[in-house]
Amino acid sequence: MRIFDPHIHMTSRTTDDYQAMYDAGVRALVEPSFWLGQPRTSPASFFDYFDALLGWEPFRAAQYGIAHHCTLALNPKEANDPRCTPVLDALPRYLVKDSVVAVGEIGYDSMTPAEDHALAAQLQLAAEHGLPALVHTPHRDKLAGLRRTIDVVRESGLAPERVLLDHLNETTVKDARDSGCWAGFSIYPDTKMDEDRMVAVLQLHGTEKVLVNSAADWGRSDPLKTRRVGDAMLAAGFTEDDVDQVLWRNPVAFYGQSGRLHLDTAAPEPLHEGNSILRGGE
Amino acid sequence: MTHTPPSPLLSRKELDTLLGGAARAWLDEALAEAAHAAAHDDTTPAESYSVPPWELRYAAAGRHCGLEHADSVRALLLTEAHAGLPALTRLYEQGTAAERRAVLLTLSALDLGATALPLVEDALRTNDTTLVAAAVGPYAAAHLEPHNWRHAVLKCLFTGVPVEAVAELARRSRGDAELARMLGDFASERIAAGRPVPAGLHHVLALTAPGPAAPTVPTASTQES
Ligand SMILES: [Zn+2]
Repeated sequence: MRIFDPHIHMTSRTTDDYQAMYDAGVRALVEPSFWLGQPRTSPASFFDYFDALLGWEPFRAAQYGIAHHCTLALNPKEANDPRCTPVLDALPRYLVKDSVVAVGEIGYDSMTPAEDHALAAQLQLAAEHGLPALVHTPHRDKLAGLRRTIDVVRESGLAPERVLLDHLNETTVKDARDSGCWAGFSIYPDTKMDEDRMVAVLQLHGTEKVLVNSAADWGRSDPLKTRRVGDAMLAAGFTEDDVDQVLWRNPVAFYGQSGRLHLDTAAPEPLHEGNSILRGGE
Repeated sequence: MTHTPPSPLLSRKELDTLLGGAARAWLDEALAEAAHAAAHDDTTPAESYSVPPWELRYAAAGRHCGLEHADSVRALLLTEAHAGLPALTRLYEQGTAAERRAVLLTLSALDLGATALPLVEDALRTNDTTLVAAAVGPYAAAHLEPHNWRHAVLKCLFTGVPVEAVAELARRSRGDAELARMLGDFASERIAAGRPVPAGLHHVLALTAPGPAAPTVPTASTQES
């Protein structure tokens, strides 16, 4: 089983995790920039973090045979802090980097005017840089947040097929799929979304344009949840090809729209696609 | 994981035979923008978020010309732009690991004296072996003072960077008793821990023997044009 985790925060994880992920079949991942748990107090703090996502973390991943790409953005939570908003002005110089495959995570946290501005401005930046966008949907007031997110995407210069709506669940999947955006599901060790509920969503809505991620970070989370979903899919009667579509080809197709995906790391037993798909949107 | 030293930089002519039409056209435009920058003073304020056009090309080189040619293309851009210390520092500090590596690989081809040493020293403080390998090239051989140079050699042995990556290794090691002591201590530490002594260590140790000035092997040029 070859696995592409399209959303995982490796800066918070150990090398044991990299090893376990490799052993489970993970050969590629995307690390979105996000909140660190501890609020930042200046743009410089973001820049050091972006530099790590463009330098040290890909080096670490490569030691374990995993291709590392990232998405960069001012995250929704810190979009509310005027000490951090100048990051928006500096983003253009980062969005041209070779391993940046999307703008993200952007979206809503508490649905404030400052978040409105940051979301619209960064969707615009994505359009200008030929990048897709990874849009996080809020953990609180999720359905209202999702609908407002879809409205902002519609008004933006970015086509829905270049947008991934993430952290979806049973209550938000229908609106998300109707919007034409890609649908992302984060599988957690607690109640937010688990592998069996994920299988039920796939049975109901199909495997097209669906991505599954672990969203593992510094909180309670599990970097092997992608593999657990693959196993649960097989146990429920999905084919290996279905699993490969959800866990590999869909993330490759979504982030491949950037033209910047490089997956030279050999994937274990590619099922149906040759080398061309590994190189994404080239 | 093996650590291969950076492959030699390609000249414009060599790149032209390897790049497709679109990549060559992109490179033409990029080099023209770099040449334009060379003809004008670098007025980009250090704290500015704005980026001169050729520096955007520098960042995008890998996806237009292939990641395997990114070092060579970036080196050409730096030489074409006659990049000075402010631009190099900016590109290094704001660069990805690959962009930083290209700055390091090009230093010896630019007319900088010893002024760019802080960039080399920064790279030598990292644990990214691609940066360490790029930092111990001809520029370090020419300018790095003995203490830091010895530590650079030791760091290569520590981190698995082949000592072949160290430019002018024979010339700088010859008769260096302090380097010999450091290598000996490192070997003892490894033996005490029951760990293998890195293959390159004895090679460097042999080079530290005092002796008549052997003819210096000219260092391979990093920049042909
Ligand atoms: Zn996240």
